[in-house]
Amino acid sequence: MNALLRLVVPGLLVLLAACTTPRGTGDMGVVIERASGSLAIVETTHDSRLGSVTGLGDLSHASVVYSRDGRYAYIFGRDGGLTKVDILTETIAKRIIQSGNSIGGAISQDGKLVAVSNYTPGGVRVFNADTLQPVADIPAVYGTDGKRSKVVGLVDAPDQRFVFSLYDAGEIWIADFSQGATPAITRFKNIGKQPYDGLISPDGRYYIAGLFGEDGMALLDLWHPQQGVKRILNHYGRGQRKLPVYKMPHLEGWAMTEEYAFLPSVGHYEVLVVKRNNWQQKAAIPVHGQPVFVMARPDGHQIWVNFAHPRNDTVQVIDTESLKIIKTLKPGKAVLHMEFTPRGEQVWISARDSNQVTVYDTRTFEVIATLPMDKPSGIFFTDRAHKTGL
Amino acid sequence: MARGLVVTGLLFVALSVSADEVSAPRRDELRNLLLQDCGSCHGMTMKGGLGPALTPQALQGKDREMLVVTILQGRPGTPMPPWQGMLSRADVEWLVDSLYQGVTP
Repeated sequence: MNALLRLVVPGLLVLLAACTTPRGTGDMGVVIERASGSLAIVETTHDSRLGSVTGLGDLSHASVVYSRDGRYAYIFGRDGGLTKVDILTETIAKRIIQSGNSIGGAISQDGKLVAVSNYTPGGVRVFNADTLQPVADIPAVYGTDGKRSKVVGLVDAPDQRFVFSLYDAGEIWIADFSQGATPAITRFKNIGKQPYDGLISPDGRYYIAGLFGEDGMALLDLWHPQQGVKRILNHYGRGQRKLPVYKMPHLEGWAMTEEYAFLPSVGHYEVLVVKRNNWQQKAAIPVHGQPVFVMARPDGHQIWVNFAHPRNDTVQVIDTESLKIIKTLKPGKAVLHMEFTPRGEQVWISARDSNQVTVYDTRTFEVIATLPMDKPSGIFFTDRAHKTGL
Repeated sequence: MARGLVVTGLLFVALSVSADEVSAPRRDELRNLLLQDCGSCHGMTMKGGLGPALTPQALQGKDREMLVVTILQGRPGTPMPPWQGMLSRADVEWLVDSLYQGVTP
């Protein structure tokens, strides 16, 4: 018997290796290659590219959410494409064109619904995460003459809800799917002019929309939605001296430490530091340019910032205790996005016009690896699967 | 040195006369800007996003000078920023003419 095992087992192992060796996806991720409409599948243990998936359409401003098992990436394309990619087999599992023009999406708390926010026609469409069959259509109709608003800042929230903002209408809506496929909609009107993006705090309690048309932010406490939307940070925004904004700041990846939240200024070369307990501004840190992404390392000890055109060749690191810049890096031309590994020992940074992604050690700031990519933009690791709002 | 300045000056005059005079390397830069940076809001295929569509169909009947001025000076009340300072009039005219003809990534 033993002799037989000794013969058979190595044979089986060879067979298994010849097929695909089973692996987990916890150290995997995708990078959008926006010019070629393709996706690079990567892993962060050896910092390598595992493969590619092509045929994903217009990926300018594409974003990604993950199935809760970390196997499927849902890619939201600018052209209204919604693609479900199996990152293990590197194949498209399903692909639909769900609207003319979309901006982002979210996956529900239970992982069963994928919602997409659309510019044209304005609204949110919700799909079965498994089959991508339509589940619900929520037209963002406002005013009295049936106009539809562009929808931005769509996030998932606890208790099977989606929350989003209406750019043209100045409203925040909650779509509650806890009772089934027909959502209960709660509308909050007059929340401010031109909400351009939204975010949810990591615990899923606060939804905050940034306003382009006026100063301040709109805050909704999802534990107490009946209290309505409050205005916070009345000095936050473009202010008296309205500087041109060459790239809209992004609020996803809200950088929070125990005490403070860190926000990109709008048009100004500053990162704003806000006290979490009362939403009052504590400091404004002068930085290299107009911030686009302001992201906290998972342990909250560092804040990493990239910048808008034309000062977009630089990344700066802020120490969250001293509130001082401790490092300035030049990862390449047109730095678009940063993503930390789940426990934060590495950060991956895409430089679109240098056609590369650079991996930095966040402790030493040394370059660990450089991966050639075709116009890389967003980087999305699978640990997002288990984070509210990502 | 003086001679160099004169030549640069002449070049500038030439550039501002006609969009046809935008140099080939500059065209590559502008094309990249159009697809990637303008594309952030208008879509890489120019079918629109936060900003309106800029396809040949969408621009049909739209005045060239109005478009040039919109890019140079921006559009108050919207996120469209002014590009003067970063782009010359010749650059912008070249961009507008490219949009009329259609842009493909």
